[in-house]
Amino acid sequence: MKRIILILFIVGCVVATIGLVITRPQRVSAETLAGFTPDADRGKLVYAAMGCASCHMAPGSDDQTRLPGGKAFLTDFGTFYAPNISSDPEHGIGDWTDEQIATAVLRGTSPDNQHYFPVFPYGSYVRANPSDVVDLIAHLRTLEPDQTPSRAHDVGFPFNIRASLGGWKLLFTDPDWIVTQDLTEQEERGRLLVEAMGHCGECHTPRNIFGGMKTDEWLAGAAIPGKKGRTPDLRAPSLEWSAADIVAYLKTGLTPEYDSAGGEMVDVIANTSQLPDSDLSAIAAYLLLIGAS
Amino acid sequence: MRKSLIAGLAIAGVAVGAIAYADNHVSDAQKEAAVKARKAHMTLYAFNLGTLGAMAKEEMPYDAAAATAAADAIAALAQLPQSGYWLPGTDNQSMEKTRALPAIWADGSDVGTKAGDLVKAAMEMQTAAAMDLDSLKAAMGPLGASCGGCHKSFRQPDE
Repeated sequence: MKRIILILFIVGCVVATIGLVITRPQRVSAETLAGFTPDADRGKLVYAAMGCASCHMAPGSDDQTRLPGGKAFLTDFGTFYAPNISSDPEHGIGDWTDEQIATAVLRGTSPDNQHYFPVFPYGSYVRANPSDVVDLIAHLRTLEPDQTPSRAHDVGFPFNIRASLGGWKLLFTDPDWIVTQDLTEQEERGRLLVEAMGHCGECHTPRNIFGGMKTDEWLAGAAIPGKKGRTPDLRAPSLEWSAADIVAYLKTGLTPEYDSAGGEMVDVIANTSQLPDSDLSAIAAYLLLIGAS
Repeated sequence: MRKSLIAGLAIAGVAVGAIAYADNHVSDAQKEAAVKARKAHMTLYAFNLGTLGAMAKEEMPYDAAAATAAADAIAALAQLPQSGYWLPGTDNQSMEKTRALPAIWADGSDVGTKAGDLVKAAMEMQTAAAMDLDSLKAAMGPLGASCGGCHKSFRQPDE
């Protein structure tokens, strides 16, 4: 009997170890970032497209150059607080290497090799271009340092076990595109902006009980965690907006009925309104493909 | 221009200041009439934005007179006294058929500042609408953003 327990224990340890190895935090290598020349001006547009400020500005602030964090995200798993990602070396990311920042953004892994919670949308950013992230990092380094300490997340057991997030990443993140059909160059640009950089699916796609995106209901609209209301269904047959309507909305926040964006989308419009028309048209071209088949 | 801007902001400030001091003892019928009135106010913004938006989207040709009329209407609407229908007790937790959040009336609410932003953006649109199509297009962004200024924290997202 003792023998059987011992064998089961050893088998258990081996399985757990294999599991932890398979789901260990992934990193971005120096080679991935090599060969790109950082362009901080371009990085400002990448910063807008990736919507960093929307979550990392102080609560209630509109100043996209200050990133002290502190905004609360109410979810079924607990309350998360956006951390300080200003250039402050102590409280922000000022002393991180480019590789460490790229690893955080593209793989959801911290400099001390922990998994980030998926409230940080690395599940979308994993599809982004390393060259864009190199530019983004150059822009982030130009922003003001801020000495506000990051606030600890308020997440209870078992969701606070970060090692388990490796399994979550394995199950619910995928570096492949959602839309895999043949696309024009413009539609491909739109796909990059929507599926990767803009991380639109994070709010506009329903989630399963584990918080993973239901990709078969891509952009179908979803409940807003911790609040009443829903994000709208963006699929072309439901939305019924023209390309010009989508472009005008992303620029001004005004719908075809001349109602305006509300809630979190107001901060998103503050980002998309900085993008060139060509990018907004690309987003529109991509969105018009969704659900249209 | 500067003088009218200050006047506009002052009116917006008084209008919103009055909200805070408005009498709390109003009947349900008055509250429902208030909600109806402010929805009508919003509809008038949308109607006039529709004229400017159609020109900005090039769905209809730019016409300085029509654009100016629409911009004037928005600026006038933004400066109307509205304390009569933004009554305390008419938020979405107190009654049906409104998406107005209690935050509008909460301590430290910056609804007055946001109302001032709309007046400012509307006045800039007045200048732009009279100028040319490119100016009108450029002024649409800030004007739309000023709508979002209130709708971000003061309006419940759709169910």
